[in-house]
Amino acid sequence: MIKFEEVSRIYDGQTRAALANVNIEIDKGEFVFLVGGSGSGKSTLLKLILREFRPTTGRIYVAGKDVAALPERKIPALRREIGMVSQDFRLLPGKTVFENVAFALQVIGKPKSLIRKVVPDTLEMVGLGDKSDRKPDELSGGEQQRVAIARAFVNHPKILLADEPTGNLDPETSVGIMRLLDRINRSETTVVMATHDWAMVDQMRKRVVELENGHVVRDQARGIYGARA
Amino acid sequence: MRHALSETLSGLRRNLGITLAVIMTMWVSLSLFGAGLIAAQQVNLLKDEWYDKIEVTVYLCTAKLQTGGNCDPGQDATQEQKDRIQEAIERNPEVEFVIYESKDEAYAQFLDVFKDSPIADSLTLEEMQDSFRVKLVDPQKYQGLVSQVQLMRGVQKIQDLHQILDPVFKWLAALQWGTIALSILLLLAAALQISTTIRMATFTRGREIGIMRLVGASNFYIMGPFLLESLIAAMVGAVFASVTLVFGVWFVIIQNAQQSLEAFRWVGWTETWISVASIFVVAIVLSIIPTIISARRYLRV
Repeated sequence: MIKFEEVSRIYDGQTRAALANVNIEIDKGEFVFLVGGSGSGKSTLLKLILREFRPTTGRIYVAGKDVAALPERKIPALRREIGMVSQDFRLLPGKTVFENVAFALQVIGKPKSLIRKVVPDTLEMVGLGDKSDRKPDELSGGEQQRVAIARAFVNHPKILLADEPTGNLDPETSVGIMRLLDRINRSETTVVMATHDWAMVDQMRKRVVELENGHVVRDQARGIYGARA
Repeated sequence: MRHALSETLSGLRRNLGITLAVIMTMWVSLSLFGAGLIAAQQVNLLKDEWYDKIEVTVYLCTAKLQTGGNCDPGQDATQEQKDRIQEAIERNPEVEFVIYESKDEAYAQFLDVFKDSPIADSLTLEEMQDSFRVKLVDPQKYQGLVSQVQLMRGVQKIQDLHQILDPVFKWLAALQWGTIALSILLLLAAALQISTTIRMATFTRGREIGIMRLVGASNFYIMGPFLLESLIAAMVGAVFASVTLVFGVWFVIIQNAQQSLEAFRWVGWTETWISVASIFVVAIVLSIIPTIISARRYLRV
């Protein structure tokens, strides 16, 4: 589903590579934790999958597409196959929960009838079936993140990327979010989650890819956070 | 499409002040631009009428027009006189070619030029003159020809229109280019306003646009409202400018100039529609290009 071949990325004006000679292969339906300190290259890796920029060298395949070679006009089609959740939720404050989730379908031209059917189901799935008329500022942090996840998942993407989705949440709430992502993963969605949350990683026993200074230093099936091989 | 329209409306409302500024700048600059075009067409019209055809005209005596001292009393220039004049003109090295125009031809052309004007009735065939129309190799060197021919028998008068028209056309050309240059400056200002508006809009709507890009909205979907917004502002400006222009032509030319300065040909509605069409083309180009440029810059995927 996702394949990095000798991928390096050097940002403009910098000499050190944010990502250096990375090789990763993630299969359909896998759940992968991406761990490592700040500046280790986790976010760069996620952005490369989204084609926010091209790799400096190397090849990246996402959902069967050669992302590095993808022409700009085909980026929207790629992103429709990927859901993205970030630490800061990125909800639209003026819109209700329903509208926030519906927005993701509206802007890719889905018909109203479909939106009316799919959005409530998705909100139900993330456990916010009764809060669809609330505005984001009336919700707790965990609830806001559930809205963001609903928005990322409502179009049933093949891949869900999560960049520190529990970074702003307390441990108890984080567990709920983690369970939700696990459930999404069980529906055949590939999930890649960048995190600092070692307790979560230890508990889940999923594949762990650790980055340090842009290098992959560990790729371990059923790994835990701290165990450096 | 519905999204684009509703977004456009709310965008126009949100940026009402700057939208009005774009409309007004477009209005004034496009009016000037259109006026410049009309002036250019007017000048060309006058040039066509006077300039290209004749440079020096040697008018021959008729029974009615005798002033100048070279005419035989009471009669037209004789064929012999005409032959001698023509020979003299043709021998002059400064002359490129010479055309003999009989008064019948002159009258027919006069009627053709002023066919829609009350002036057509003001002259009769008898008042026209036979003439030699002389094209010079170098229009500035008319003096030799004039002194050679002006005392010949049968020559009633010599007219060198260049001398009269040159300064007029120079001023007209300066005026017309000044107007167009000024309008281009203003049009650039309008284009900058549009690109600033879009930059501001992308800041105020940054989060929304960010999400759109993230979930895979097409470029057109994201840019559409911005394009429509500046297109609408430009169109409104163009409509105002067209109305201004049409009214100006009607008031200045149709109502006044054509009545009081009948001797000249004046631009009419055909030339006005050409200018109006150009106004719209310029308005569309000048709203879409800065929009696409700044959208590509600020809405990068």
